[in-house]
Amino acid sequence: MAYKIVASDCTACGACEAECPSNAINFKKGTYVIDPTKCTECEGSFDSQQCAAVCPADCCVPA
Amino acid sequence: MSNVISLDGIMGLGQLKAPVETPAAASGCSSSSCGSSDGPADMSPEVWEKVKNHPCYSEEAHHYFARMHVAVAPACNIQCNYCNRKYDCSNESRPGVVSEKLTPEQAITKILAVAQEIPQLSVIGIAGPGDSLAAGGKHTRKTFQYLQEKAPDLKLCLSTNGLALPDHVDFIKDFNIDHVTITINMVDPEVGQHIYPWIFYKNKRWTGLDAAKILHERQMEGLEALTSAKILVKVNSVMIPGINDEHLKDVNKAVKSRGAFLHNIMPLISDPAHGTYFGLNGQRGPTAQELKALQDECEGGAKLMRHCRQCRADAVGLLGEDRGDEFTIDKIEAMNLDGYDDSKRREYREHVELERAQRHAAKEAARADVVETLGAEVAPILVAVATKGGERINEHFGHAREFQVYEVGPKGAKFVGHRRVEEYCQGGDGDEDALENVIAAIADCAAVFVAKIGGCPKKSLTDAGIDPVDSFAFEYIEESALTYFKDYAERLAQGSVTSRAGMDAVIRPREPLARSA
Ligand code: SF4
Ligand code: SF4
Repeated sequence: MAYKIVASDCTACGACEAECPSNAINFKKGTYVIDPTKCTECEGSFDSQQCAAVCPADCCVPA
Repeated sequence: MSNVISLDGIMGLGQLKAPVETPAAASGCSSSSCGSSDGPADMSPEVWEKVKNHPCYSEEAHHYFARMHVAVAPACNIQCNYCNRKYDCSNESRPGVVSEKLTPEQAITKILAVAQEIPQLSVIGIAGPGDSLAAGGKHTRKTFQYLQEKAPDLKLCLSTNGLALPDHVDFIKDFNIDHVTITINMVDPEVGQHIYPWIFYKNKRWTGLDAAKILHERQMEGLEALTSAKILVKVNSVMIPGINDEHLKDVNKAVKSRGAFLHNIMPLISDPAHGTYFGLNGQRGPTAQELKALQDECEGGAKLMRHCRQCRADAVGLLGEDRGDEFTIDKIEAMNLDGYDDSKRREYREHVELERAQRHAAKEAARADVVETLGAEVAPILVAVATKGGERINEHFGHAREFQVYEVGPKGAKFVGHRRVEEYCQGGDGDEDALENVIAAIADCAAVFVAKIGGCPKKSLTDAGIDPVDSFAFEYIEESALTYFKDYAERLAQGSVTSRAGMDAVIRPREPLARSA
């Protein structure tokens, strides 16, 4: 279970990286990507997936 | 080229005093004849003291100083209906422009490189391209921290939507951040819900009334905390006809009563090409007259309110030619800044102080002359001015990308706004459509002052009832406007010109997708 970023919509603003409780989001080759092995879907930390809640481009979605 | 006071000119003066640590405050205001030394009625003397010589706000200083924005804060914490997430925040009225995103380290290198080359640089701002305080404000904090160490004479400012502001008040105090701009478009969540679809706050996305209510409360809390800490706060509002236009009068009262020293109302720039919610939904922006009527109604300090729009947010473009290419990140990283030297900047500031004192006297004399000849009762007119800065009429009509509009009458000449246009003349050929757009953008003006103008556009302007004036080329704007006004009022009295009272003009967006700064 993990989230992913739809790279074509990502504006590389970095808002998601700052919110992720699992340090699962990194900047790679011009866009942000979620490491599926680290993503916890925020379970145990927050009620909603932080990346999806903050993303202005609505491009953080279930993988 | 450089009509902004040439550097060679300053360096050649020779008799300049040794640079002082802090530039002396302009002392040209000691005589009682100087109108701008009195603070507006609704401002405390303390605040007025700070504002009156501030490069961004004082009556003349903005002609000589430049601000530079560095785009280190791409993340945002709210969604606005006038924003397209792909471009810079319209907060700073730059819709459709993409800035070069910088890391804090790159930003510092760029600032120091520009500061060394362009002595007019005096204020560094962070306004986005998202929100300067979103995502913990990490990049903004880091940039200002470095800057305080390396170039403590540069003033710092930031712009924010206010949502995260209460969390950063201590930082703002500790780092001597000189002024803060908050974009406040409403003080009533009922209105706010039509402007903000959602916000991200306390690890949650909030929508509708809840979102607008939280944003409103946080904005007021931040505003009050800053003003009680004696930090200058300017409020920007975007005027959205049918949504918050009437309501902005309440916003004006609310922010002034909480100590904001300046309330700056700017027009919604709405264009489907920007891909914003409002742009796509056909929400229109205000016309020039609608905007001016609201601004006039909300105006507190007569001379003060609109200056801040006039400063040059991009120092790299200050010298009349675009020098952006000299300061790309690759080139800057190759520069050696070990011998960073701010002496040019200090000499420049000295020179400006002298010139400003003289200018005060000259303007007052020109105004007194108008009153003496015409009396105080003649209705003022608007004139459009093509200028590259330095308070002079020094731009060719065909090369102007914006006109500055002055209202001139027996009370003097004051800057009232910008009109953006496309360059009429590109590569030598005049383009008829562009000319029509220029005319629409300044249709409420009686005259346009230029350094130079071709025969064709001259004729079209005359036909449209706008007097093209090149006889004041390279002269000072305000004195020229007053001289012109005197002559105009006499011709009006004789019936040889007709008044343009009641004319309106079109507010145009900047060309979309301008290349990065
Ligand atoms: S869902 Fe939560 S844990 Fe997964 S990437 Fe997004 S913020 Fe991080
Ligand atoms: S918040 Fe959205 S747009 Fe911004 S970097 Fe993350 S995925 Fe990309």
